Order: sequence, then C-alpha cells, then structure tokens
Amino acid sequence: MGKSVLLIEDEPNIIEAISFILSRDGWSVATHSNGHDAVGVVVGSRPDIVILDVMLPGKTGYEILRELREVEGLVDLPVLMLTAKGQVKDREMAERAGASRFMTKPFSNSEVLEAVRDLVTG
Amino acid sequence: MGRDTLTGSRIRERRAVAGMRQAELAKAVGISPSYLNLIEHNRRRIGGKLLVDIAMELGVETSLLSEGAEAGLISTLEEAAADGAQAGAEVDRADEFAGRFPGWAALIARQHSRIENLERTAVTLTDRLTHDPHLATSMHEMLTMVTAIRSTAGILAEPGEIEPEWQTRFHRNLNEDSQRLADSSQQLVAYLDGAGDAAASLTLPTEEVDAMLSTHGFRFDDLVEADATELRKFVQSQTELTSEPSQGMAMTVIRQLLDDARRLPAGRLEVLVAELGAAPVDIANMAGVPLAVVLRRMAAFSKEVLPVACGLVMCDGAGTLMLRKAVDGFPMPRFSAACPKWPLFQALARPMQPLRQVVTVTGRDARSFECFAVADPIGPMRVDAPPLYHSYMLIIPQEAHAVDGYEVGSTCRVCPSQGCEGRREPSLLA
Repeated sequence: MGKSVLLIEDEPNIIEAISFILSRDGWSVATHSNGHDAVGVVVGSRPDIVILDVMLPGKTGYEILRELREVEGLVDLPVLMLTAKGQVKDREMAERAGASRFMTKPFSNSEVLEAVRDLVTG
Repeated sequence: MGRDTLTGSRIRERRAVAGMRQAELAKAVGISPSYLNLIEHNRRRIGGKLLVDIAMELGVETSLLSEGAEAGLISTLEEAAADGAQAGAEVDRADEFAGRFPGWAALIARQHSRIENLERTAVTLTDRLTHDPHLATSMHEMLTMVTAIRSTAGILAEPGEIEPEWQTRFHRNLNEDSQRLADSSQQLVAYLDGAGDAAASLTLPTEEVDAMLSTHGFRFDDLVEADATELRKFVQSQTELTSEPSQGMAMTVIRQLLDDARRLPAGRLEVLVAELGAAPVDIANMAGVPLAVVLRRMAAFSKEVLPVACGLVMCDGAGTLMLRKAVDGFPMPRFSAACPKWPLFQALARPMQPLRQVVTVTGRDARSFECFAVADPIGPMRVDAPPLYHSYMLIIPQEAHAVDGYEVGSTCRVCPSQGCEGRREPSLLA
C-alpha cells in the first residue's frame, strides 16, 4: 500500500487529472471538494500529504490550513497549496498560514508529482 | 495684496493694451496726468464716476478694472500653477495675466480642469483593474480551466498506454474544459469592451447629483405635492443624472429637501429671517425644526431672504464632501479633501451641537464668512449601535473683512497658510 494523499479541490476535471497521475505513481488518492468540513476529513483520514486549493466553497484554503495547524499532531503535516493567483501577497499569506509549499495554477503534472514526492520523502 | 488695491495696475495694463498714452487718457477723463500716474501706481484709491469714465474710455467693463478677472478663473489658474510648479508660472501675477489675456487664461483653466478629470479617470481605471471583482472572478475561472486542460492534455500526451476507458474520459473532459474556457474568455472580452463605454459613467454619482442640485438651486418646492411616481419621473428627466445609482442618490437628497420644505415653507422662513435675522439657531428654535433643516432651507432661499447668496456643504463621518452649494470666495475642492479647519468638521467631533464661527479664507481675496455647522445622526435610531452622522455647514458671506476671522483654506495644495498644524501636504503656492 502506497502513501496516501488527500486532494481538496472543487474543480472536478482537475480532481480527475491529478488523481489519475498520482494513482499511477502509486499513491492512494482520496478527494474532497468543499471547504466547510475539510478539516474534519483531514483529521479523520490522516493522510501523508494534503493538496489544498485556496478558493474553495465554504471556507478558504488559508482558513482550513490555519485550523489544521492547531490540531495536535498535524503541525508537520505536509500541505501543498494551490492557487490561481501568483501574487506575492498570496505566497506570503500561504506561508503565514503554514503551507509547506505553494504552487500557482496552471502547473504541470510533473511539477505536482515532484512536489508531492519531495514533501513526503524529504 | 487685496484685489481692490490693484485697480490702478489694471488701468495701466488696459491703457497699454489700448495703445493710449497716460496724458491722453488723463485728458479724456478730465484729470491731470500726474494724478492718473498716482492712480496707476495704486497710490490713490479710485472709484465712482472717475472709474466708470476711465473704463468707458478704455472700452472695458468697470468691473474688469475694479475686480480684475473673474475670481473663479484666477483660482483655477492658481491651482494650475500649483500643479505645474516647476514651470515657474508667475502666480502673483495671475490676475494681471487673466486681465490681459482672458482667452489664453480661460484656455489654461479649461485644460487644467480637463487634466484633472483625465487623471481621475486614470485612477478610476487603475482601481477597477486592481479591485474589480468581476475581472478577478473571470481571471480565476480562466486559470482554473487552463489548469484542468493543461493537466489533462499532459496525461494524454505522455508516452505509454492509457486504458481506453480513461482515455475517453479525459478526451471528454478536455472537450468540456476547452468549451468553458472559450466561453469565459468571450465573456471577459465582452466585459473589457464594455469597460470602454464605462468612461461615460466615470463621473461619480455624487458629482452628477451635485450638478443637478446646483441647476435647481437646491429647491424643489414645486414638487412638495408630487407622489412617488411623479418624483421618479422628475428624477429620470434630469439630464445630469446618467445612471441609476445617481438617480437613486438624487432621489434620497430630493426627498430630504422636500421634507425640509414641508417642515419650513419658504414663506415661513422669510418671515422668521425678517424677524430674527440670519440666525439659523434662533430660527430653528422658533420654528421647532432641527438646525440642519434651517441650514439647508436658508442655503436654498438665501437669495430671496438674505442680502447675499449663501453656500452649503455636507460631509459624512469620513469627511467626504457629499453636497456642495457653491458660494463665491469660499472654494470647495472637487476631488481632494477639504481644509480640516472648516467648522463642518469640528461639528463632527461634537455631534448635534450647533457651532458658529466666523472664518476668513486664506488667499489674496481673504473674504470672511459666518459659518453655522451641525452634525446630525442619520437613519433610524438603533439600540446600542453607533450612529452615523452627516455634518452640514451654512456659509454666509460677510460684507466686511473680519479681522479676527478663524483662518481656513480650501485644500492644502492651494493654501498659502504658514505654520498650520492641520497641513496634510505642502502648499505649492507659498
């Protein structure tokens, strides 16, 4: 059984594509597509890494991340943030919220793979 | 130097323009050349019949000699000079310039206003690009689609086998996403095209409302009996109001002015002013209406009930000027923030307390005004909610220059005052 990744993203075709490439790489992929209960899902499933979109219905990725970092045992959980805005401001906000890495859309498949591998083994 | 002390200089300029010698003019109006010389060097006051005669000989209006060019034009020229300070315009001779070259002066003033408008348009457009939620949403949507397409296409393009089932799915996704991308990019283009037309609506609704109110002199007493439909028709027929927001704002203001008219009809106001003088607080007490009502009514009817037309200005709690009834000699900035020393703003610090203050406006005219100000809460009362205030100030021109008038300006940039604690930005006039 490979390592597990939880993808929190609301765009179905992005979910499909990323799930596909990660599964093919040997990851066990779970997905979730809204902000409201995302924290609960992470706490319940304890994945090895979370890929978290910033713009989610119900709650922003920053809020979710801040809450996650306050949960015991999740301080060091690798979180890869995805955003459609690459401004310096967004990067700063992601860092402050405690993102392990930050990636701007549109990214390539290999970038995602590389980042996920890096964050879990490194 | 006061404006009236320059009458002699203006006579001298005009005589030079007319190509007339001093002796010639003196003879024509029946005074000695040496006396005319004293007048021309502002060493003798001149007025009355002699001034009229000289004006007639020079073929100009008497007022051009006594007052110089229009005060509004001069102040615009001064602002223009302040904005382009590095050009070194002879600010102290603006009067002379406007008098000798009225056409050129008007051109500069007009261009200055136009530049101001264009600069504001640029700021508005920049704001729009930075803060426009529609644009931000569009960009986000497009980036999301591009991401999905890039990722899906990447999978399909990679070497190696993909199960037919997955392949079909990704082809379908690709098709869907490219369709959505096409749609959102078309929408974006349509929106950006529309943004070009929006230049027409770049005047703020408040400016349009201002213009409409000035056209009507803040009086709508004819509409006191009008019902809601008639009011709406009236507002829609106002050419100054080009958008729905400005019509809505105008409606709010007009409703208030109509309410004022009902509470304090023009006839009653006239009787009260005749009895009590220009004393808005006494009038409010006698009429049993809030002071702000009296201030607005007096401004609207000052021409009839007082010897002079009065100005009115209103601001919200953030100090943004929202209504302006212009009055000569008391310039109100159009875009920039006003002088913090205006009683209008002091009233905000002491809500509901009537303030009276005689002020003298900085600058060469140095005219004095008696100001009455009061800040009233707006909207319905709410338990434990902080009230919002609108502050009103009635501006009554004074005949004489008040020696002890509190010094106020228009806006820092064009205010020559020195050592003012309220200064926000350096003056370009001093």
